Amino acid sequence: MAEAAPRPPEGRAETSGATVRTSGATIQTSGATIQLENLTKRYPGNPAPAVDCVNMDIKAGELVVFVGPSGCGKTTTMKMINRLIEPTSGRIRIDGEDVTGIDPVRLRRKIGYAIQASGLFPHMTVAQNIALVPRMTGWSKRRIAERVEEMLDLVGLDPGEFQGRYPRQLSGGQQQRVGVARALAADPPVLLMDEPFGAVDPITRDHLQDELIRLQHELHKTIVFVTHDFDEAIKLGDRIAVLRERSHIAQFDTPEAILTNPADDFVSGFVGAGAALKRLNLTRVRDVGVVDFPTATIDDPLQTIFERLRAGTTNEVLLLDRHHRPYKWLRRGDLMRAKGSLVRAGTLVHDTVTRDATLRDALEAVLIDNAGRVPVTGRRGRYEGVVDMETLMNSVHELLEEDRLDAVEHQHLLEEQRAQQVLEEQEGTTDAPEELA
Amino acid sequence: MRPPSPSPEQLGPPEAEEAEDGAAPVPAPRPRRRVTWQKLTVLPAFLLALLLATWLWFRGADLDSIARNSIADGNVWLRLRQHVVLTVVSTFFVLVIAIPLGILLTRRRVRPAAPAVIAVANVGQATPAIGLLALLVIWLGIGMRAALVGMVVYAVLPVLANTIAGLRAIDPTLVEAARGIGMSAVGVLRRVELPLAVPLILAGVRTALVLNVGTATLAYFGGGGGLGDLIASGITNQRMPVLVLGSVLTVALALLVDWLASLAELLLRPRGLGAS
Ligand SMILES: Nc1ncnc2c1ncn2[C@@H]1O[C@H](COP(=O)(O)OP(=O)(O)OP(=O)(O)O)[C@@H](O)[C@H]1O
Ligand SMILES: [Mg+2]
Repeated sequence: MAEAAPRPPEGRAETSGATVRTSGATIQTSGATIQLENLTKRYPGNPAPAVDCVNMDIKAGELVVFVGPSGCGKTTTMKMINRLIEPTSGRIRIDGEDVTGIDPVRLRRKIGYAIQASGLFPHMTVAQNIALVPRMTGWSKRRIAERVEEMLDLVGLDPGEFQGRYPRQLSGGQQQRVGVARALAADPPVLLMDEPFGAVDPITRDHLQDELIRLQHELHKTIVFVTHDFDEAIKLGDRIAVLRERSHIAQFDTPEAILTNPADDFVSGFVGAGAALKRLNLTRVRDVGVVDFPTATIDDPLQTIFERLRAGTTNEVLLLDRHHRPYKWLRRGDLMRAKGSLVRAGTLVHDTVTRDATLRDALEAVLIDNAGRVPVTGRRGRYEGVVDMETLMNSVHELLEEDRLDAVEHQHLLEEQRAQQVLEEQEGTTDAPEELA
Repeated sequence: MRPPSPSPEQLGPPEAEEAEDGAAPVPAPRPRRRVTWQKLTVLPAFLLALLLATWLWFRGADLDSIARNSIADGNVWLRLRQHVVLTVVSTFFVLVIAIPLGILLTRRRVRPAAPAVIAVANVGQATPAIGLLALLVIWLGIGMRAALVGMVVYAVLPVLANTIAGLRAIDPTLVEAARGIGMSAVGVLRRVELPLAVPLILAGVRTALVLNVGTATLAYFGGGGGLGDLIASGITNQRMPVLVLGSVLTVALALLVDWLASLAELLLRPRGLGAS
């Protein structure tokens, strides 16, 4: 819940720009803590504050999602963290250090920033865009070039193919990936993302979300992510801050807690219908069994493929392409019908999921593909295993059962509390019955 | 089950297909060649033809002593040189004044002053050039200086207006993104705002250049020289060939300058902004 974490009075005198830990803080693999203390923003000409006295503690390495209706002040709150918007009052601490008064340009070089529609500069190539912050912080040419490739790799784009392109030669989703790569290039401990996936189609958004989760598993940054899509919040957030008007925090908790135990009507209104289905968004493929499946690559001699087909219990193999990406489902007999031609035999793999995909995605993929299972892929789409219908059904079943037990327990607790209350009322006020009468 | 043994051809296709779908990195689409050979040759050829025709005609025309006088002693060459100098120098000052002013007027703190400054620049251009020149001659005396000042005042507006328009047309989220990733104010201007405004600024410069070639013909009336000298003496002495020579040279120079400016526009336009 949103409690105003009371801070002990700062022993140190005000930090000036000169004492900011620039060298040490720029290169670290895990995030920094962020504290917002009584953060308030009043825009000129409007007496009512747009953000009113927000207090929030964000842990290092945590992905916190701000979610709330349009105009509630999410963007304003987020932009005060890197001081694109100067707070009217209140403090921001990053790693315990008051950054409210330091040089904003310095501050922003430690904070990655990614926005909707990518914000890439159209007159710079992908590589130049990504290199911007490292260049400003004075990295050597060689190191920057290496870093650019590393970053493109990280966000799943082939460096050789993409680094020389201009943003308009990329699709929306690719631009968004480059935007994230640019934000991460100088390895900032904190990353701010304002509806970064708001402008791409739902499928691409899904993939980008999966990638972000994967990235976060590797990098452990502190990420503040703004969205007004509650499903996105559930999928991504370690914790979710549900904001209402003026950035008042309605609930700040884990997705599970918010789904199963919304604080008030506003939050449950935001959670919306279908909480049970949404629950599927909280469990990831990596948490259920990813199992092995007989595979063959298109380079294998046909004889080997036949042997695998006969040996397996399922009469089926997953054919991989040269880069070990799932390519086709091949059943026994398919090859014969296609007269031994691998091009014509089997059915193409429609969809794959990553280990970070939610059960909901996986279920959907399985339902659509009539193979009854969906391949799980890792980096660059390499095959890692499959999830099948049975595994999914079992875990869904377990999940719902667990939730049911939780709810029952919660119910008991509430009833006990109520009984206790009634008891106290009866004991405390002797004239209660008269009032009722 | 006895599978038919596979033949090599049958195994071929998936490989080929595979190689196409991602093995070799596809080279980034090459930006289209922006300077076509038509662009490079058509106008110069036309200008050459025009000048040649004029020259032939001029040789054939019979010139009396008055006409010969006005073109004697390399007078044509001198006037042409003066004209070019007037154009180049005035344009230089226009750029030096208008672009920084335009940048300044789009900075947040000075922005409210922009309409007033534009209004002043408008007055400069709305005044008839001849009247402006007369006033300046009264003030600064006869000579190239008055002519230059007049031309600068006259041509500041297009560059100023385009600089402001170019900077204002930039998507504010881009500027904010630039600040957000930690660029200083100067960095944002140098690396993002100016490059993105280059196409519009250059369009303004092109207008100013052509304008200046035109107004430079008026410099003669303020004693500033230039091709206006030929035109004026052709008119006052009623010598058609001299008048035609001056006019054709002015037109040719204007076209040449416009052509050079259009090449500059193409070459200096940042890559990645797309073909316009
Ligand atoms: N520059 C500004 N000047 C005045 N008021 C502003 C300014 N920016 C935002 N506001 C106001 O502050 C409030 C919060 O805006 P903010 O952009 O933070 O909302 P948001 O939660 O990000 O909304 P959305 O989901 O639509 O992006 C709104 O009522 C908005 O009108
Ligand atoms: Mg917003």
